Amino acid sequence: MEVSMTVNGSARSADVEPRTLLVHHLREELELTGTNVGCDTSSCGACTVHIDGRSVKSCTMLAVQAEGAAITTIEGLADTARANGSSTGEMDWHPMQEAFQQCHALQCGYCTPGMVMAATSLLGEKPNPTETEVREGLEGNLCRCTGYHNIVKAVLSTTGGAS
Amino acid sequence: MKETSGGIGTAMLRKEDPKLLTGENKFVDDIHVNGELWMGMVRCTSAHAKIVSIDTSGAEAMPGVHSVYTGKQLADMELWAAPLPCAWPVTEDMLNPPHWPVAVDTARHVGEIVAVVLADSRYQAADAVEHVVVEYDYQKAVASIAAARDSDDKAHLELDTNKAFHWELIPDPDALAAAFENPAHHVIADFTQQRLIPAAMEPRGVLAVPSPMGGEITLYSATQVPHILKVMIAATTGLPEQKLRIIAPSVGGGFGAKLNVNPDEILAVTLANRLGRAVRWTETRTEAAGSTHQGRGQLQHIEIAADENGKIQGVRAHLDADMGAYMMLITPGVPLLGSFLYTGVYDVPAFGFSCDGYFTNLTPTDAYRGAGRPEASYAIERAIDILAGKVGIGPDEIRRRNYINGGELFEDHEAASTLIFDSGHYAPNLDKALEIAKYEELKAEQARRRESGAGKQLGIGMCTYVEICGLAPSRALGGLNYGAGGWEHATVRMLPTGKVEVVSGSTPHGQGHETAWSQIIATKMGVSSDDVTVLHSDTALSPLGLDTYGSRSLAVGGVAISMAAEKVIEKAKLIAAHQFEASPDDLEFVDGSFSVKGTPAKSVHIQELGFAAFTAHDLPDGMEPNLQEQVSFDPPNFAFPFGTHVAVVEIDEVTGGVELIDYIAVDDCGVQVNPMIVEGQLHGGIVQGAAQALWEIAIYDDDGNPTNPSFMDYLVPSAAEVPFMKTDYTVTPSTSNPLGVKGAGEAGTIGSAAAVMNAVVDALSPYGVEDMDMPATPRRVWKAMQGGAS
Ligand code: FES
Ligand code: FES
Repeated sequence: MEVSMTVNGSARSADVEPRTLLVHHLREELELTGTNVGCDTSSCGACTVHIDGRSVKSCTMLAVQAEGAAITTIEGLADTARANGSSTGEMDWHPMQEAFQQCHALQCGYCTPGMVMAATSLLGEKPNPTETEVREGLEGNLCRCTGYHNIVKAVLSTTGGAS
Repeated sequence: MKETSGGIGTAMLRKEDPKLLTGENKFVDDIHVNGELWMGMVRCTSAHAKIVSIDTSGAEAMPGVHSVYTGKQLADMELWAAPLPCAWPVTEDMLNPPHWPVAVDTARHVGEIVAVVLADSRYQAADAVEHVVVEYDYQKAVASIAAARDSDDKAHLELDTNKAFHWELIPDPDALAAAFENPAHHVIADFTQQRLIPAAMEPRGVLAVPSPMGGEITLYSATQVPHILKVMIAATTGLPEQKLRIIAPSVGGGFGAKLNVNPDEILAVTLANRLGRAVRWTETRTEAAGSTHQGRGQLQHIEIAADENGKIQGVRAHLDADMGAYMMLITPGVPLLGSFLYTGVYDVPAFGFSCDGYFTNLTPTDAYRGAGRPEASYAIERAIDILAGKVGIGPDEIRRRNYINGGELFEDHEAASTLIFDSGHYAPNLDKALEIAKYEELKAEQARRRESGAGKQLGIGMCTYVEICGLAPSRALGGLNYGAGGWEHATVRMLPTGKVEVVSGSTPHGQGHETAWSQIIATKMGVSSDDVTVLHSDTALSPLGLDTYGSRSLAVGGVAISMAAEKVIEKAKLIAAHQFEASPDDLEFVDGSFSVKGTPAKSVHIQELGFAAFTAHDLPDGMEPNLQEQVSFDPPNFAFPFGTHVAVVEIDEVTGGVELIDYIAVDDCGVQVNPMIVEGQLHGGIVQGAAQALWEIAIYDDDGNPTNPSFMDYLVPSAAEVPFMKTDYTVTPSTSNPLGVKGAGEAGTIGSAAAVMNAVVDALSPYGVEDMDMPATPRRVWKAMQGGAS
């Protein structure tokens, strides 16, 4: 089946098997391997991307269901921030990427793309979350390395609420 | 904003982060080559079954399928020369029945591979797996340690016992017996270390690529141990070692689960070699319960004999340890790694330890964060709390009364277990933790709640752990019958343009080696950490190494780097002296510059000497060109980090729910290279250990079927379950290495399970609860509150 979507600002069309998961389409067909796969039960959030501005676990939908959608993956996040003038720091990244490095919110980095995408979308919905709201908002994203301490700190730091 | 460059002691931002934060880095599953074939594993669905027949015709006829091989066919193809290796035959008579990459006649755990499909795509391979029809003759499964020990069923039908080995360490049996003759206080306790699924967030995966022109094979694997893997693959397959190249690209966490030699690795290499095509595989999360080893799995029995004041006279411990279905790389050695720590941080005059290893029809066990040491720490730290109760003193006081050297600073203490503890200073560490925790206030609050029946009981638990890391002095490993050494290799080279290249044999998977190693070079050589690049994790770039596990990277690998840097400086000094026409003895080296003592105006920076060494136009007579040195560092002793952890839990009297509301950790890992990285290691380790105490358990039914293999049911904690942690440090330099460093990778896990469970039991003590199995689920806690017993 032919499927077309906008990914990180570019129009991308491809012929996919109808059963192809969106995450496999992004990773294998479009070669955007920043989005990871950590489970097979939609539990870990490693595959989180933005679809039309909202965070979605890209293993929970088929590529064909994203027909016509605008998708941002970790590879496109900094560009999006640059385009709307919100990028920061020496690297000119999205503020959340910047905060993750500053707060040492990643170790192996496997959960990180999904975590960053989930965190940015959380702040989109709730610009000034409490610590509890951050923790609950990220409940669908698992990290085995950091104990979440620095992840929560990073997210709060972007809102000026860091401890 | 934090520093982006710096030396030892700087909380410098990590060099690794930019690629990981933008998706530029490559994990194994991100790497593809033309013509690759996907392996799909047909796995046994029963815990113990003879294979009657396998019909592959349906699968072979499916689109995209290249071939399907059964275990028998693979055995006939003679792809391997030996079974999967166990490098640690702990006793001479240890039973070690052959573990083939694919089962031939009998499969002995759910998930053991019985046939392999090769297909053009991930999905086609998965489809074809479903169409392989296997007929089984089901056998009784041995589904627990108790069953292995007590029932007549056998995990291996051809063996007449399930007991694989008996190992003991009783340095002075008479002294031990005397200690337990009529002690004033006698603690007898049994604990269960449940099986855990390591669950690194990146699943394991492999990609083997044959070189089209020669016999060389490159294996990309999500592994912690590319160097060990290279040796072991050569030994197992018979492929010449020099034809193998192993690359661990970005690796998404390991925690021990990626230090094995796995069937998939052997299959990928041998099939790629035979077929002349690239072969790949990535496990699914649910598959991992059978395809990647698990952790813990021990029944512990511990006894403490103490005098009337609670002063310990002797400790003896016995373990029944679950090996799972087969011995993997260091399966039988894991309990031994803990054996020396059953005396904890205490001055124990008499000590004895024994362990029986049992086969079961469950996924093999092997190293998992801490590997034997969290178990040991749990047993002694739970038991000493019980002793405190018997003596009628607080958990802090019982510890103080028993600390090695009374809690004062010591160096090179010989423990009853025969190990020499490098250094320790326990009392101030405890003081600091209790102060940060506001221990007295917490106790007052606890008393207030108990009186008022507040509905939420408070529990306060502590753990004062010590661990063994910096694995390991090669001779010590030899003494334990381990099949390799414990050294680490490093090369440091000053490039012609003054940049520094470090080649490290340790293999990071999240620890930040590139950053930390650069910091060591910055301090040692007086160059900017920005000018340093670290090469690692590829046996072609870094041919010598023993990789990353057992909190060894810094205390062994980092020290090797520091020593290699010193050798480079020594050589550079000769070149500088030659240029100055001075004696090397008259030169000093400050902040990277050589100058003649007393005439600092005339100086040359070490980075300028790279070019002189490269052109070799004017070197001292007889000196070889280039500025490059290497060191294989074999540590003279282990390192023994320690610390005090305090957990505070709240227990809901209505639901039995346990909430971890505060956590204080004061650790001592000796000198710190990057405090930010140390803190991160502790955070992660603490949550992993707390997860054992409160949430995680791999549950098998009586037939050996895993009942919670996926993330739906296996409860890896999320951010919502844990609080911010309060971390602080004391610094007692190690005497085992010149940097004074110890290790921090496993400390969190080693301290936290015991601290959390001590808190849970403390909260429940008004209900008469004296112990509880992990994990302390709401159901268990609620039942304990009703009936007293757990
Ligand atoms: S891979 Fe999508 S939630 Fe785990
Ligand atoms: S950083 Fe490793 S899983 Fe989150």
